[in-house]
Amino acid sequence: MSSKSEQLPSVTYTPIVRPRNWSRFLSISPAILFLGFFFIYPVVLLLGLSFVDSSGTLTLEHYTRLYEKAVYVKVLLITLKIAGWTTIFSILAGYPIAYLLSTVKSSTRNSLVIWVLMPFWTSFLVRTFAWIVLLGRHGALNELLLALGIVDAPVRLIFNFTGVMIGMVHALMPLCVLTMMSVMENIDRNLVSAASTLGARGGQAFWRIYFPLSAPGVAAGGMLVFITSLGFFITPALLGGARDTMIVQVIIFQIHEVLNWGFAGAIAMLLLASVLVIFFFYDQLLGLSTLSGESTHEHKKGVIGRIGRWLGGGVINILSYLCEQGGILIDKLTPLRTDRKRRQGSRTTLWITAMTVIAFLCIPALFVIPVSFTEDGFLGWPPVGFSLQWYEQVLNSPAWAAAASRSFVVAISSALLGMSIGVPAAFFLARRQFFGKAALFAFLVSPIIMPNIIIAVALFYLYAKLGLVGTNMGLILGHTILAIPYVVITVMAILKNYDHRLDQAAWTLGANKWQTLTRITLPLLSAGLIAAFMFAFVISFDELTIALFVTGGEVTTLPKQMWDDALMRVSPALAAVATLLLAFMSCIIFSTEYVRRRGLRK
Amino acid sequence: MTEYKLRTRNVRKTYGSVVALKAASIEMQEGEFLTLLGPSGSGKTTLLMAIAGLNNPDSGDIWIDGKLANFLPPFKRDLGMVFQNYALFPHMNIFDNIAFPLRMRKMPMALIRKEVARVLEIVELDHVAKRFPRELSGGQQQRIALARCFVYKPSIILMDEPLGALDKKLRESLQREIKQLHENLGITVLYVTHDQEEAMVMSDRICVMNDGSIDQIGTPNELYFQPSTMFSADFLGESNLFDAQVLEVGKDSVLMRGPAGMNVLGELKESVKIGEQVKFMIRPETVDTDNDVTRDNAVEGILKEVIVFGQITKYFIELSDGTEMVSTQLTSRSSSTIEIGQRIILNWAKTSTVILTSDAGS
Repeated sequence: MSSKSEQLPSVTYTPIVRPRNWSRFLSISPAILFLGFFFIYPVVLLLGLSFVDSSGTLTLEHYTRLYEKAVYVKVLLITLKIAGWTTIFSILAGYPIAYLLSTVKSSTRNSLVIWVLMPFWTSFLVRTFAWIVLLGRHGALNELLLALGIVDAPVRLIFNFTGVMIGMVHALMPLCVLTMMSVMENIDRNLVSAASTLGARGGQAFWRIYFPLSAPGVAAGGMLVFITSLGFFITPALLGGARDTMIVQVIIFQIHEVLNWGFAGAIAMLLLASVLVIFFFYDQLLGLSTLSGESTHEHKKGVIGRIGRWLGGGVINILSYLCEQGGILIDKLTPLRTDRKRRQGSRTTLWITAMTVIAFLCIPALFVIPVSFTEDGFLGWPPVGFSLQWYEQVLNSPAWAAAASRSFVVAISSALLGMSIGVPAAFFLARRQFFGKAALFAFLVSPIIMPNIIIAVALFYLYAKLGLVGTNMGLILGHTILAIPYVVITVMAILKNYDHRLDQAAWTLGANKWQTLTRITLPLLSAGLIAAFMFAFVISFDELTIALFVTGGEVTTLPKQMWDDALMRVSPALAAVATLLLAFMSCIIFSTEYVRRRGLRK
Repeated sequence: MTEYKLRTRNVRKTYGSVVALKAASIEMQEGEFLTLLGPSGSGKTTLLMAIAGLNNPDSGDIWIDGKLANFLPPFKRDLGMVFQNYALFPHMNIFDNIAFPLRMRKMPMALIRKEVARVLEIVELDHVAKRFPRELSGGQQQRIALARCFVYKPSIILMDEPLGALDKKLRESLQREIKQLHENLGITVLYVTHDQEEAMVMSDRICVMNDGSIDQIGTPNELYFQPSTMFSADFLGESNLFDAQVLEVGKDSVLMRGPAGMNVLGELKESVKIGEQVKFMIRPETVDTDNDVTRDNAVEGILKEVIVFGQITKYFIELSDGTEMVSTQLTSRSSSTIEIGQRIILNWAKTSTVILTSDAGS
C-alpha cells in the first residue's frame, strides 16, 4: 500500500493530451478526416477553379469580369441589403419573444418554444408556399383587406421586396430568438432588481442593465441570421421579384445554365470573402466566442471595438434618458398611490407583442392545411369544398413515393453517420483540454457558417470526378457534412451538464471503461442523444440546396420533388404534401419533446 | 407611528396556492440591526422583498419612515439592498457599479468621484476601482456590494443572506466588518439568514420565522435562554427537548414528570396548569456530569459516547427508558477519563429548565 502511494505522483490523472500519444486522437480523427475530404477539399478545389481558365492556365479573368460587370457587384449589394434588413427585422421582432421566454416559468417556456420553433421545423418549402397562398393577389390577406374595405385593389405583397422580407424573417427569426434566449436565460434576474433598489426606473434598469447584458445574444443571433441570409435562394426565388435576385441565384445560374465553373467559383469566393469580412468585424466588436452563446464581458481593445462601444453607450444613454422622462411624465399624469397596486402595463404589452409575433411564425404553416383539401384546381384562398383528391394524387404518384422513401433512407443514414462521427468528437472536445481546442471546435462547426450553396457546388464538382452524382451515397455524405456540426453542438451541450464523477463512481465500483460507457454514460445521455439524432434527421429531411446539385437531376428527395413541382406549377398537391410533412414533423417534435421531458424527470 | 423606522403589519404574500408569508408584523427602531432567521421556505426572503418593493404583498401594510409604502416602486423607497449573490453588474467596472445609484440620483460627476473614493476607502478596496466584478474574490465582491449600498446613504439597508456563499473564515471576518459598519454609520439594517450563529453574532434583535409566519422576536439572549416556542428552542443552538406532564405548580417553581420517570423542577411559568402536557428544554451546556445529586434536577444514565469537538466535548447519555440526553462541556484533560458504559448522574439548575407550552401539542 505504501509503495503504491509513493508511486502516485508519477501517474498523471489530468486528461491533458500529450501530443505524441496519437492514439488519444482516435475518437476525433473520423470527424477530421471526413470533413477534411468531403468539405474542405472540394471547397478548396472549387475556389481554385476560379483562378484557372478553360484551358487550365492560371488567370484572373473571372475576377476581372466580376469587377467589370456592374451587375455582380449590384447583386452582392442587393444580397447584403436583403440580409441586413432580414437581420434587423428578426432582432426587432424576436427580442420581445426571447425576453418573454426567458422571464416566464420553465413549463410555460417549454410550451411556447414549440410554437416559436414551428416554422423552424416545418419544411422550408411548405412555409414559402404558405406565404404564396396567404399573400398572393387573391390570397387570404388581400381578401381580408378588401372585405374590410381597407384597400380598394389587392396590394402587391409578394414577388417583390416585401415578399422576400416576410419569407426570410419568418424563416430565420426562430434562430435569432433561440440564440438571444440562450444568453438572456443566464442573465441574473437579481441584477434588474438591484438596479431598481439602487434608484433606477423600470426603463432605465432595462436599458442600462438588462439590454447591455443581452447584447451579446442579440449580436450572435443577428450574426447567424445575417450569415444564413447571405446563402438564401429559395425564398427570393419564390417570393421575390426580378430585382430581388440574390448572389446564390447567380451561382446556380452559372453552373446550371452556363456551365462556367470558374466564374461560379469566383462568385462563391466573393460570397465567402463577404462572410469572412463580416466575421472579422464581428470579432473586432464582440469577439467570436460570443457566438456560442457565452457572454464574455471582455472589452475589445481595437479601434472598431472602441467606436462600437462608444456608439452603443450613447444609444443606451439616450434610450435610458427617454424612459426616465417618460416615467416622470406618467408619474405626473397619474400620481403615485402607495396604497393601491399599479397596473403592469408593460408586461401586458410584452405579452401582446410576443403573441402577435408567434402568430406570425405559426399561421402560415397552419394555413396550408385547409388549402390541401380544396376541390379547386389551383392553390388559392379560400379553399373550395372538401376533397381528398390531392392526397390521393400524391399518395398514388410513384414520383412522390420514390422521393419520400429516398428522403427517409438518406435522412436516417446521414443522421446515423453524423452521430457515429459527431458523438465521439463531441466527447473528445468536451472532456479534454489541449492546445488548439477552440480552433478544432470552429473547424467542426464550420459547415454551418459556410453558405450551403458553396458546399453543394463544391460537392457536385468532387462527385463528378468520383462518380457519386445522382447516388444515394452522395446525398448521404453531403447531408452528413451538415449534420456533424449540429450533433457536435448538441452533444457537447448535454455533456457540459453531465456529472463526470458518475463515471468515476462506476470505475471505483469495478466497471471498466466500456461498461461505464454503455451502462452509465450513454443511458444517462440518451435523451440528449435522441435529440441530436432527430436534429440531424430533420436537417437532412428538409435539405434542398445540396440535393439540388448532387442528385444531378436524376433522383429526387421530397424537398427537391416539391421544388421541381413548384417551378412547373403550384398545385394543391403541394399543400397536401406540405400538410403530410407538417403532421410528420410534428410527430417527431412532440416525440422528441416527450423523450426530453422523460429524460429530465429521471 | 413615526417612532418606527420601518413597520409592517400583517403582510401576506401567496404564489399561486403556496402561502409564502402568512401575516408578518415587525417593527424596527432607527439604527437597529434586526435579523430574520429561519429555514429555507420560512418566508424571510419574501418579507424582505415585500419591504424592498420587489414583490407586491397580497394584503397588509408597510410603513417606511412613517409613510405608507405598500405599492411604492422600489426606486422611490430609498432603501439599500445587498443580494445573496451580490448582484454586481458584470458589464460595469467597480467604479461604475458604485457610481450607479449616484448617477440615478443625478449627482454631479465630481461629487460622484469623491463619494465612490470615500466608500472604497471604507471597505479598504480603493485599488480595485478599474476592475470588473469577476476579477475580484468572493469576499471582495461582497465588500463592493456593501459599498454600492452605503454610497447613497439609504435610510435602511436590507441584506438577503449576503454571506451565504463565502467560506466559514471569511464569513466570520465579514460578519464583524458589517457589524462595525453598522455601528459606525448608525444605519438601520434588516438582515436575512438561515445561520443561527450568524444571527446571534450580529443582531440587536432576532425575528425567528417558520412556515410563513413569525415565531418569536427577541434579543439573542432572550431567544437563546428563554425561547417561547418549540421551534425557536430547537432552531437556535442545541437542545435537549422532552415531553412532560405538570405535577405541581409551586410558589416559584413547577414540578414535572419527564421521561424515564424523572421528576424535573423548572422555573414558574404562569400559564401552566396541573396535569397539562408540556415540553421542556435544557441546553446541553447547562447539564453537568459531576455526579452532584444535590442540585435541583438529577437523573441517572449510562454514558454511550464521548465526542471531542475541539474546545467542547459532548457526552451522550442514555436514560433508563432509552431517551438520549446530551451534555456539553469545555474540553479538559480529564474529559476522556470517564469510560463508556459507566453510570453517571446528570444534573442541572431549575433555572435552566425552559417550559414550552405554546405549541406543545403540535
